Amino acid sequence: MRVAVIDYGTGNLGSMLRALEELGAQPSLATAPDQLARADRLILPGVGNFSDCMNALTVGGWTDALRDAVAERGLPLLGVCVGMQLLASHGTEGAASGAMTQGLGFIRGAVSHLRMQGCTERLPHVGWNALHPTGDDPLLAGIPAGTHFYFVHSFAFMAEDPASVIATASHGVSFAAAIRRGHVWGTQFHPEKSSRAGFRLLRNFLGDLPC
Amino acid sequence: MLSTRVIPTLLWKQVGLVKGAGFDSWRRVGPVLPAIRVYNQREVDELILLDITAQETGDDPDYDSIVDYGQDCFVPLTYGGGVRNITQVGPLLRAGADKVSVNTAAYDTPELITQIAQRHGSQCVVVSIDVRTTASGQWTCFSHAGSRDTGQDAVAWAREAEDRGAGEILITSIERDGTYQGYDLALIAAIAEAVTIPVIASGGAGSYQHMVDAILQGGASAVAAASIFHFTELTPRGAKDALADAGIPVRPPFVETSSG
Repeated sequence: MRVAVIDYGTGNLGSMLRALEELGAQPSLATAPDQLARADRLILPGVGNFSDCMNALTVGGWTDALRDAVAERGLPLLGVCVGMQLLASHGTEGAASGAMTQGLGFIRGAVSHLRMQGCTERLPHVGWNALHPTGDDPLLAGIPAGTHFYFVHSFAFMAEDPASVIATASHGVSFAAAIRRGHVWGTQFHPEKSSRAGFRLLRNFLGDLPC
Repeated sequence: MLSTRVIPTLLWKQVGLVKGAGFDSWRRVGPVLPAIRVYNQREVDELILLDITAQETGDDPDYDSIVDYGQDCFVPLTYGGGVRNITQVGPLLRAGADKVSVNTAAYDTPELITQIAQRHGSQCVVVSIDVRTTASGQWTCFSHAGSRDTGQDAVAWAREAEDRGAGEILITSIERDGTYQGYDLALIAAIAEAVTIPVIASGGAGSYQHMVDAILQGGASAVAAASIFHFTELTPRGAKDALADAGIPVRPPFVETSSG
C-alpha cells in the first residue's frame, strides 16, 4: 500500500510517516503534485492557518492535482486537522474580517472559529477528547464510542449536509470531529499522535474501503 | 469532554536525562531514548522534552537527537531549549516536535511568539514561564534556566504571551521544582485566571493529590511532572486514576472492539 503524505511545507510529518511504516504501509512524502500518480492512498496533513495552508496548496500546484486524484482516479483521501478543514468549501481563518478563503470544496461546508460556534471553554482545544461516532463508518471500525483522540485546534468544520459528519466531539459545544463524503475523509484530531487508537484508525484507512 | 493531561517532563542536558531541584543541582538519571520508549508504551498523554543547556551554549537545537527521540513517540511531543528564532521552528517540527516551547528568547524578542503563531499556528507555541517569588512577594519571571531575573511580573507576562499568540502557558515554580512539596497553587490560579488559553502546571509535584489540587484549586488544564515519575513509584497511569477518583476527566486506555 503506497501512501503519499502531501508535503506542502507544514508541520510535523515525521510521526505520520513513522505511524504508517509501523502499520506496514509504504509511505512517502509527496513534494510535487506529479508524485501523486503512484499512490494508492493520499493523506493531506496541515497545521497553522487555513488561508496560509490553502495558499501553499495553490502555489505548489496541488489543488488541481488533488481534484484530479480524488475525482478522476477515485483515490481515497484522508485530511488531518487543518488538512480536514481544507476539504471545506471555504474558511474564515487568516482571511480579512468577514471575508472567506476558498477551500478544496470536496465536502460542502465552512470552517469557523469554535467561539463563533458557541464554545466558551479555553481555546485552543488542546488534548485528548472522546469521539462520538454518528453511525458505523468503516474508518472508525473497531473504535468504540468514547475512545479518546488527540486534538489541537481552535477552528472547526461546519458541514452543510449533516450526513457528512461521521463523528462529533464536545468542547463546550459539539463539533465535527470526523467527516466523510464518498472516499474523502477528514479527522479534526491527529491519529498519528493518538497512540494505539490512532493506529487503529489509520489501519482502517489503509484497508479495503468502499469507494 | 476534554480530558486533563498528565505530562511527564524530560529534562535533557547534553547526552542524558537529569533531575533538577530549584533549577540548579542537576543529577544525571539516564539516557533519553529508553525513557521516551517506555512513556510511549505506557500511553502517556503527551511529553515535554526540555534541553536545559541549549540556551547557555547558544547553539541551535540538537535536531539529530530530536529526530531519534521523535521516532518512537506517537503522542504529542513539545520541545524546548534554545529556541530563539523563527527559522529554527520548521526544522524542529520536521525533526518530530509537535510544539515548541519558548522561554528565554521571548523576553528579548516577544515578537517571536507572534511569528511562530502566524507561521505554524498558535497551537504550536507554548510559552514557558519560570517564576521565583521575590522578597517583596512578587512573582517574577526568570530567564536562562532560572538564572537571570527579567524583572517581568509573571501574570502580566502570561497575559502578554496570550495576546501575542501563545497557544499554551507552561508555568513552573523554580522554588518548588524537584522538592515534592506540591505546585505553587496561588501562582497557578493567578495565571489560569489571567489567560483564556490552557495552562500547564509544573514544578513541585510530590503526590497524586498535588496534581488534583493543581486542577481543582489552581485551575490548570494539565499537570507536568518530572521527578516523581523518575524517582518514585508514582506513574502517569496512577496519576490519572487519582484524578479520575477526584472526578476529573482523564483519558481511559484504548480498548479495541473485536467487530470490524
